[in-house]
Amino acid sequence: MPSVSVRELSLNFGDVQVLRNLNLDIEEGEFLVLLGPSGCGKSTLLNCIAGLLDVSDGQIFIKERNVTWEEPKDRGIGMVFQSYALYPQMSVEGNLSFGLKNARMPSDEITKRVTRASEILQIEPLLKRKPSQLSGGQRQRVAIGRALVRDVDVFLFDEPLSNLDAQLRSELRVEIKRLHARLKNTMIYVTHDQIEALTLADRIAVMKGGVIQQLAAPQMIYNKPSNLYVAGFIGSPAMNFLPGRLVVNGEEVSFTTKDGASISLQGYEASTSLSQGGEATLGVRPEHIQIHTELIPGVTIPAAVEIDEPMGADSLLWLKLEQQSLSVRIDADLNCQEGTIYHLEFNIPKSSIFRKDTEERI
Amino acid sequence: MVNPSLLPAAPKVVGPRGPKPTKAISPRNIMLYGTLIVVALYYLLPLYVMVVTSLKGMPEIRVGNIFAPPLEITFQPWIKAWAEACTGLNCDGLSRGFWNSVQITVPSVIVSIAIASVNGYALANWRFKGSQIFFTILIFGSFIPYQVMLYPIVILLREIGLYGSLTGLVIVHSIFGMPILTLLFRNYFTSLPEELFKAARVDGAGFWGIYFRIMLPMSLPILVVAVILQVTGIWNDFLFGTVYTKPDIWPMTVQLNNIVNSTQGVKEYNVNMAATILTGLVPLVIYFVSGKLFVRGIAAGAVKG
Repeated sequence: MPSVSVRELSLNFGDVQVLRNLNLDIEEGEFLVLLGPSGCGKSTLLNCIAGLLDVSDGQIFIKERNVTWEEPKDRGIGMVFQSYALYPQMSVEGNLSFGLKNARMPSDEITKRVTRASEILQIEPLLKRKPSQLSGGQRQRVAIGRALVRDVDVFLFDEPLSNLDAQLRSELRVEIKRLHARLKNTMIYVTHDQIEALTLADRIAVMKGGVIQQLAAPQMIYNKPSNLYVAGFIGSPAMNFLPGRLVVNGEEVSFTTKDGASISLQGYEASTSLSQGGEATLGVRPEHIQIHTELIPGVTIPAAVEIDEPMGADSLLWLKLEQQSLSVRIDADLNCQEGTIYHLEFNIPKSSIFRKDTEERI
Repeated sequence: MVNPSLLPAAPKVVGPRGPKPTKAISPRNIMLYGTLIVVALYYLLPLYVMVVTSLKGMPEIRVGNIFAPPLEITFQPWIKAWAEACTGLNCDGLSRGFWNSVQITVPSVIVSIAIASVNGYALANWRFKGSQIFFTILIFGSFIPYQVMLYPIVILLREIGLYGSLTGLVIVHSIFGMPILTLLFRNYFTSLPEELFKAARVDGAGFWGIYFRIMLPMSLPILVVAVILQVTGIWNDFLFGTVYTKPDIWPMTVQLNNIVNSTQGVKEYNVNMAATILTGLVPLVIYFVSGKLFVRGIAAGAVKG
């Protein structure tokens, strides 16, 4: 039984279609991340689920209850915002209990819940303070607490970590993950940060232009992106793309670059079938390329070193291959001189091939 | 600690070092402060003349030296202006007008701000159908000259039986303050983070709950601006005060005019000066007390919208 269901959801702002006929099922206790660039409709979708935006068409179910026309407070959701959105004139305690007071809950129950939430989030010493006396990380903790006390079915996070500095961000990221492990609530999390998405999510929905491009587990999204867009969006540094064509020769299929170099595609894990041939793009991540000093026929392609970027744990080597820059992750100890020719071996089982016309993965 | 041998050899310190020296008396400063002092004197001189004249007796005024300080300080003109000066049949001075003005200003300010802040809040946060049109009409209303509406309002007040009463004048002031105040509050509430409003909705607060418990506690700066605008505006109003009231309930400004412009007897300049200062005292005090908040509030409302 899905915890949250979105059925054929559309939303228009005037003539602009922000969400197009969107379908999404989120399982009970699942951590789903909506990932995409700004303007892709991910926050809009979250606001629709929260009931803060009226939908143009379609339905939303939470716990199998049609909540399409319900007020936000009646949907069983709690929401955490990017700018924290704490009520500045109230103390932390006041912020936490505001929703409960609105629900006319008895005061001993309110105290109990506030105490429990502040224990979980370790903000007990801050209860009497005003939001302006808190640091960014503490504020966001209080904002999470506000959702926590209301004992909701679904947590909605709208880019909650974007306003924090890098170190706090990774700390709170772990904390959110721990919170999910403890509470086991359904959580929907909007972000444009792929690290957050990859680390937190049970499943990621990559969005673009109001449409979900791919909905899958992080490893699946990373290893088998369903189309060129997802492949290019996920991964840093980005995936290398090599234009060329598929050549079918009986059972054997190989990939031929523009300049005629050929690579055998033995071991490729196809989503459909390679045997259709035609123009295609080979996508391979920087860590899935190996460099050799000597040529292996049918396996390697030669390329010249352009730049070596040391990144501490490893180095990023930029090579020129047929007017195309390729990045390769290599051992940091390897000192590469500019202009050196290396022979590149692509890890075919971990690569993706996309049709040129539809940009879908083959 | 940085290894000293890693630092480049510093060149020997010669020439300027540290903060640049500034001269207190330079041609630029003389021009600047000179101009400022002259302008300040120009604006303060009338006030000086008023205060000085109001503290003199009539014989001393007749000497004609208006800039000279009083030889003999007397508060008699002030007492006369407040409690004894005659307008028409009433000879209880400006005090009558003062209390009338208080009775006009206080309810007008409260009513107009209460309604306008709710208007502004609804327009900023609850984009109901037709809210844009409503807002445009309201703003358009502030461009219609008062003169056009004077007589229709007389008829209107007569028909509902409020012509010539304080209540009638309070209603008129409340309505005329509405466009600018609504604009002020709408812009202020638009400048507050929208997520705050969303969070309150998720927390289950309704229209009035959000207004009273979230928005209003955050609007002190803009409330101060609104109070100043309304208090000074309504206190200083002369036109509506003359048109919609009768002698018994004339506001202070109208009464002041009648004292100063009375054509009978000797012109008592000292009483006139004292009466004028008394009338201007309320707006003056308001500015002094809340000047800082006023500037902050105007800026806060102006950021967005």
